[in-house]
Amino acid sequence: MFTNLRAITMTSILALGVFTAPASAEDIKIGVISILEGAFAALGQDGIRGAELAVAEAGGEVAGNKIEVITMSSDASPDSAVNAARKLIEQDGVDIIVGPLSGSEGLALRDLSKSYPAVTFLNGSSAAQDTTLRDSSDNFFRFGGDGAQWMAGVGNYAHDDLGYQKVAVVAEDYSFPYTQVLGFMTEFCAAGGSVPDKFWTPIGTKDYSSVVYSIPSDVDAIFVALGGADAVNFLTQYNQAGGDKPIIGGSITIDQSILDSEGPFKKQLIGAPAGTPTVSDLDGTEWKAFTASYTEHFPDGFTAPSIFAHHYYMSAHAAVLALEEVKGDLSGDQAAFRAALSDLQFVTPTGGTMRLDENRNGIVDNFVTEVFEREDGTLGNRVVKIISDVDQSLGQDPSAFLAQGPVSRDNPSCP
Amino acid sequence: MTFFLIVTLNGLTLAALYFLAASGFTLIFGLMRTVNMAHGALLLLGGYVGFEVAKTTGIWPLAILGGGLAAALVGAIIQFGILGRFQGDELRQTLASIALSIIMADLMLWFWGGITYQVAMPDALAGGFRLPLLGVGYATIRLVLIAFAIVVGIALWLVIAKTRLGAIIRAGVDDREMLRALGFDVAKIFVVVFALGGLLAGMAGVVAASALSISPGTDLQFLLSSLVVVIVGGMGSVGGAALGALLIGLAEQYGLAYAPTYGVVFTFAIMVLVLAVRPQGLLGRSEA
Repeated sequence: MFTNLRAITMTSILALGVFTAPASAEDIKIGVISILEGAFAALGQDGIRGAELAVAEAGGEVAGNKIEVITMSSDASPDSAVNAARKLIEQDGVDIIVGPLSGSEGLALRDLSKSYPAVTFLNGSSAAQDTTLRDSSDNFFRFGGDGAQWMAGVGNYAHDDLGYQKVAVVAEDYSFPYTQVLGFMTEFCAAGGSVPDKFWTPIGTKDYSSVVYSIPSDVDAIFVALGGADAVNFLTQYNQAGGDKPIIGGSITIDQSILDSEGPFKKQLIGAPAGTPTVSDLDGTEWKAFTASYTEHFPDGFTAPSIFAHHYYMSAHAAVLALEEVKGDLSGDQAAFRAALSDLQFVTPTGGTMRLDENRNGIVDNFVTEVFEREDGTLGNRVVKIISDVDQSLGQDPSAFLAQGPVSRDNPSCP
Repeated sequence: MTFFLIVTLNGLTLAALYFLAASGFTLIFGLMRTVNMAHGALLLLGGYVGFEVAKTTGIWPLAILGGGLAAALVGAIIQFGILGRFQGDELRQTLASIALSIIMADLMLWFWGGITYQVAMPDALAGGFRLPLLGVGYATIRLVLIAFAIVVGIALWLVIAKTRLGAIIRAGVDDREMLRALGFDVAKIFVVVFALGGLLAGMAGVVAASALSISPGTDLQFLLSSLVVVIVGGMGSVGGAALGALLIGLAEQYGLAYAPTYGVVFTFAIMVLVLAVRPQGLLGRSEA
């Protein structure tokens, strides 16, 4: 009986040993984390498409090494992103992680990346400022901008071209909108404008009516940094209450899905400016090629890649390019691979040149768009300005920019 | 002062919506002791169907009816086909209804996608008008919402207090075994009540989709608010649902207006207080 038990134990240990043996060195595993549940599911799915597109364009392999893509869902909360990353690293043994989607998830994965120095993290579309600006991590890369970079040009446009002096802010209460508001206010306040009131509302607020009536009546416009359903709810209720101030949009406030939704509030959006790194119907050869490749690979996707597909694509594309450069060599805690990533330069789908700063954050091109009415009565966004080479300190001296302190509800402030 | 009155009015309109959502929930609980966690999913389903009806026919009252009937039908099927099998085993019913809510939410996400829907309303309701005395614009639909909730509340009270079905329901709330012993087909009555609860949830969904909007996640929001409302008001009491909705709606709006970041704390502070002082709810009867 006892010998039998021992034999079983020995066999089990041997079997375990077989299963935990390192995966074949030729396979490179990329884990992709995106939000595939709840309100962001459709957008999160598009992020996955972006990452898969980059791998598919490389033929699914790099220098003879097969690339395996494993996806995991998070739910926009930091702990869900951390759990997804842990599962990918410890159970699936991924070498590279692409993701996550949302701002506070990015901060959590940045912190997690410090405990896994052998894994390289490439940010998906999360755009909180401090993910890379403060307390950055050596193995966390962001081939894209933060929410402040995505607002570059809008503050100046609102003040100089549209003549707004006083703007109230309505935004969701978490790290990404904080960063967007900072991007807008940095320019707008420097140009001489003032922001007397900021309203931070919880994500998923249905009823904004009391916020609507709190907005001071002497402002020239309202900067709205809300996403998806929140934006539709706020804009509808503002319109119903008889509000007539012009709107300035954040990067995910006035996207095509909102312009396609029904409601009388849409008329109010015509002419509204917004800042974004991704313009769905951009008129450029690189973007057209990117869109064609996207629709060819994903006939059931959106009509054009979203901001999420665009950013997941850039990160996965960067990983593929750097892997090609080192011929798939991930030895020595991926040192050569990371060096290649840091020095990488490539042409982005929007026609700019992507490269990283010393915090491993992208230096990007940004677009100021405005809503216009197409001939058939539908609404679209068109580019009014391109701001090239936007870095994370928004063109200011980096140390002076850092000295302004971390972004929060009350920082920056110019009442 | 104007601002305070406006916020109060906002609180009343939100309370009306919460009452519509919670009344069906509390009705089902009162009779069957089933915490129907699929209530939010029924509400969202009603909203989506209402949207489709409004888009096809362009008639708003028909959308409310259509959404209500669709949710009533699904509610009846849920009780008849699944929950009825576990009658008397409330924990298992509750767990099954959680599973149903997740399945329904994913099916709806698959069918209607992740985008936001608003039900198109007739022009008379879609806009706003200037309130007399206060001199500010106010959304017409929100005032209609209060009227609608009052009408539904009175209708529900009439059904429960004055009709034969109401008498049976009240008898069932008091003593199910006795009702069964008297020869009533309790299983059939349960299906009818579940359908009635679904009808209320579905109509609330269409109204919510008109006044606010619906998207994936709306189901959980209204399930949570319904839970809070009936915990505060008292499980199984329609009057309690009205009182609970009033408290929660006002607390949420005052919170949003005067302390936006911490608004949600007020809601749960009320709940904690009620649970500490009067665990059966303000108008609830304690279990003997």
